[in-house]
Parts: sequence; C-alpha cells; structure tokens
Amino acid sequence: MAFRSGRRLGWVAFFCGPAAVLYTVFVVVPLATALWYSFYGWQGTTRGAPAGMANYAAVLGDYPYQEQVLKAFWHNVVFFAGTMLVQNTVGLGLAVLLHRNPRGKRMFQTLYSLPYLISPLVVGYLWSMMLSPAFGPVNAGLQAVGLDGLTRPWLGDPAIALPVVVLVNAWQWIGCPMLIFGAALAAVPAEMEEAAVIDGASAWKAFWQVRFPLIMPAVGAVTLLTFVGCFNVFDLVFALGGSSGGPGQSMDVLGLLFYRIAFQGGVNAIGLSSALAMVMFVVVFGVALVVDRSLRRREVPW
Amino acid sequence: MVSTAPRIGRAVGVQVLLWAYAGVAFGPLLLVLLGSLRGNREIMREPLGLPTSPTFENFGRAWANASLSTYLLNSVVITVAAVTLCTVISLMAAYPLARWRFTGRALLAAYFLSGLMLPIKLGVLPIFYMFQSMGLVDSRIGLTLLYAAGGIPFSVFILMAFLRGLPTDIEEAARIDGVGELRLFRSIVTPLSRPAIATVAVFQLAPTWNDFFFPLILLRSSEKYTIPVGLSRFFGEFSTDRGALYAGLVLAVLPLVVVFVMASRQVVAGLTAGIGR
Repeated sequence: MAFRSGRRLGWVAFFCGPAAVLYTVFVVVPLATALWYSFYGWQGTTRGAPAGMANYAAVLGDYPYQEQVLKAFWHNVVFFAGTMLVQNTVGLGLAVLLHRNPRGKRMFQTLYSLPYLISPLVVGYLWSMMLSPAFGPVNAGLQAVGLDGLTRPWLGDPAIALPVVVLVNAWQWIGCPMLIFGAALAAVPAEMEEAAVIDGASAWKAFWQVRFPLIMPAVGAVTLLTFVGCFNVFDLVFALGGSSGGPGQSMDVLGLLFYRIAFQGGVNAIGLSSALAMVMFVVVFGVALVVDRSLRRREVPW
Repeated sequence: MVSTAPRIGRAVGVQVLLWAYAGVAFGPLLLVLLGSLRGNREIMREPLGLPTSPTFENFGRAWANASLSTYLLNSVVITVAAVTLCTVISLMAAYPLARWRFTGRALLAAYFLSGLMLPIKLGVLPIFYMFQSMGLVDSRIGLTLLYAAGGIPFSVFILMAFLRGLPTDIEEAARIDGVGELRLFRSIVTPLSRPAIATVAVFQLAPTWNDFFFPLILLRSSEKYTIPVGLSRFFGEFSTDRGALYAGLVLAVLPLVVVFVMASRQVVAGLTAGIGR
C-alpha cells in the first residue's frame, strides 16, 4: 500500500472504530454478560453468591421448570418435524411441478413467496382473524360448502392448536424451500434421469433414486434453516396464542418460556432465564452443527 | 412414448394444482384487503364475502383512534435511522478490512463476522439492565442503536465481499495525486459501492421493520411504540372492531411491500454484483 504504516493504524481506528464500539457494546458484551449472569444466584436485580451450575440444574431438573422446559422443547420438536413434513414436502412438490412446467414459473414463484415479506407477528394476527370461530372466513367458507362438521375453534382447541400453528408457519415460509429446491433442480442435468427412465425405471422411481440424491445439498440447507427457524420461533406463537402459549399451553415453545421466566419469573428470574438462554443456544448451535455434518456426509458426488 | 391425450391431461392437472396453491398463498391476503373495505355489521353477518358498499371508514378508525399513525411514524424513523447508521459504519469498517493490509486485519474481520451466528435476542436481559443504567429504556434512540449494532455482522460481511472485488487502480491513482483518505472514501469508494449498499440497506430493512421482541421489552409508553408492538396492543384493545383490525393489518404490511416493489431491481442488481465475480 502506498502510505506509511504509522498513519495507517490511525486510519484503521477511524474507519473501524464506530462499528467495533457499537457491535461490542450492544452485541458481544450483552451475550457474554448473559453467560456470566447464569452462574450466579439473584435476588431480583441484586447479584448473590456464585452458584456454579445451580441455575442450570434448577431449570433442567426442578419443579416446575423441568416440566415446562421439557414440554416447550417437545413442542419445538413437533413444530420442527411438522414443518419438515408439510412445508418442505409441499415446497419440494411445487418446485418439481414448476421445474417440469416452466410456463408462468416466475409469476407462481412470486405469488408463493409473497407471504414471507410479512412479519411473523402480522401473519399470526392475520390467521387469528381468518380462523376466528364465529367471524372468521375459514369457518364461514366451510359452512358455505356444507362442511359444517369441520368447523371448529381452530386456535382454541388444545388438541389441534399446535398443528394449526405448523400450517400457518408453513404458509408463510413455503417460498423458501420452493426457491432453494427449484435452483437445485435446475442445476441437475436432465439426461441422468432420462437415462434411468429409458432403462425402465418409472418416473417416480427415477426422481427419488436419481435426481433426489443429487439435490441433497439443498435438502441439507433447507433442513438447517428450518431447524434454526423452528427453535427460535416467538412472534408467530405470541400472536396466535399470547405469551402464555395458547389454550392449555398447547403451543408453548422455548422462546415464550424464556420470555416468561425472564420478565414474569420469580426472585431468581435473571439467573434462571440466563441459564435457559445458554441451554437454548447450545442446543440449537450444537444440533445445527451435527445436522450439517451428517447431511454433508450423505451428499452424492457427481 | 406417451400419447398426446394423457399428456395434455397431465399438463392441465399440473396447472390446476399450481393455481390451487396460488389461491392458498394469496387468498388470505386478498381476504384481509377485502375485509378492510367492509363495514363491521357486514363482516359479522357474513365473514366471507365481497364488500357490497366499499368504505374507508375502517382505515380512519385504525389510523386515528388506534394511533396506528403514531406507530407507523415511529417505525419509519427508527428503521431509517438504524439502517442508515448501520450501513454507514459498516461500509467504513469494511473498507480497510477488505482493501488494506495491516496486522490484526484477519482477526478483526473474524470478530465482526462471528456475530453472524450469535442470537442477539438471548442477550436481552443484560441489554435491558444496561439500557436502564444508560437511561435508554423506553427510548427510540436506544432501540435504533441496538438495531444498528445487530445489523453490523451481516452488513460488514456483504460489503467486504463486494469491496474485495473492486479494482484498485482508481484508488492508487487518487492517492498518488495526493487525495486525502477521507475524500477518497467519500468520493470514490462510496459511489463505487452503491449496488452493495442498496443490497445491505434493503436486507436490513425487513428484519428491523418487523422486529417485535425488543420493542416489546424495551418500550413502555405507547406514543413510542413501533408498528409490531402497536399492533399487538391494538389487537387487544380493538378485538371486537374487526373492520379496523383488517385495516390495521393492511397498514402494517403496505409500506414494506411498496419498498420492495420499488427496490426489487436494485436488490437483484446488488445481489448479482456481489455474486458475479
């Protein structure tokens, strides 16, 4: 570089300083502090004695936290599994249909992706209007076509509330798997599948045995995105069921539980919620790494 | 080979499927728009239907009585300020990180980029207490600084990738001509980075505009609420005024859709500029 290094360091500080300060103060320090908080007992906002792993033990082992954490965690798992099943299979199906019938592809892609411009909170309120028992268009539509038996309080019935949340979430994000799978499908040469069909395989079999293995990297990417999204969910569930997690806490998730312990919790709210935050971070980050690794190993070279 | 008749049948079937899903994706949005134009009595009597006598009264109630106008204004101010601040300081940081050689460069870059994986929400309690000690609870400035800081890793990442690809000749020539560092940055680097700046700004816009978690916790007085918290309060208070609720949803979604339609060309240009090298 054309200028002297002593002067250069001053300029580095000048250019990088503002971003470094803001990022350190508002992102790095709070996260490090949350980790530090989790190792102390708290009396309200007064820090007590170092507690070692006691907060972690309490959150994961003591009544009522253990029960609530396990329940919320299980709901996150169901939410993830349901989203994989509904959103990503329908997304793959739509991508395949559009790949084989490119007429109007751009228009359909835009239409399908529209909902993800909207914030999850607004999507939640939008669907709470659609699904409202007495004045919602969904039940009104079912009655109009004579399916009165299917009308129900969609978000008020603990047995179906969580599956409904899965469907609403899938409605919002379906454009994401569709676009990722679409790009992956376009990159696979058509000859490979055609060769398999000529060899006597059915189109169905040719797809699953020839083309699908070749888009495994895309499957991995979608799985990871879905996992991280499903374990960080907050706004959508808040809008559909409130901060307590819907009827009978049937749609309570870790995000809501963290919020409740942190801001409506007892004396040791800071210690317990910080420990829960760290557990959530480790679970999401750890599982994401493992999933990434194992999917990468299953990729097929071609 | 397959004969033509089943093939046409299959093509029609596929079109039907594609249009059916288009209805699923777009239908609810249409219903909200239609609902916002219908009177309350009409909605109660017939939840699913067309507006018989379209009215804008719902928008009036949502805009004024429910103070959505205030929330919208707050959202606009906070979003614009945060995205501007974030983009400016990220571009400043990305410039030496991408184009100069100095000791600790790689380390500093890694420090910024590590934020791409850190969920900032989990630090909310420390943020809350820090804000309390700085007098930033219930303050739009605090929220703006927080959003700007949260956007830095992503912005630095994109801008660094872009700046690395720019040719160095103009910069060298300007330096030989004795142009100062500050002017070089302002009059040469910044204009050249315009496509990447547009990308970064647009991609920061949506998460900042949509964020619900931080204003829910950090704001107290309703005259400072942004659209998402305002909307959650509005849905609690106006739960029986369904027309106004529909109108509120339209008002919450519209600004973002307008920005994206206007900026879509720049987004695509920025993305391909970043990838195409």
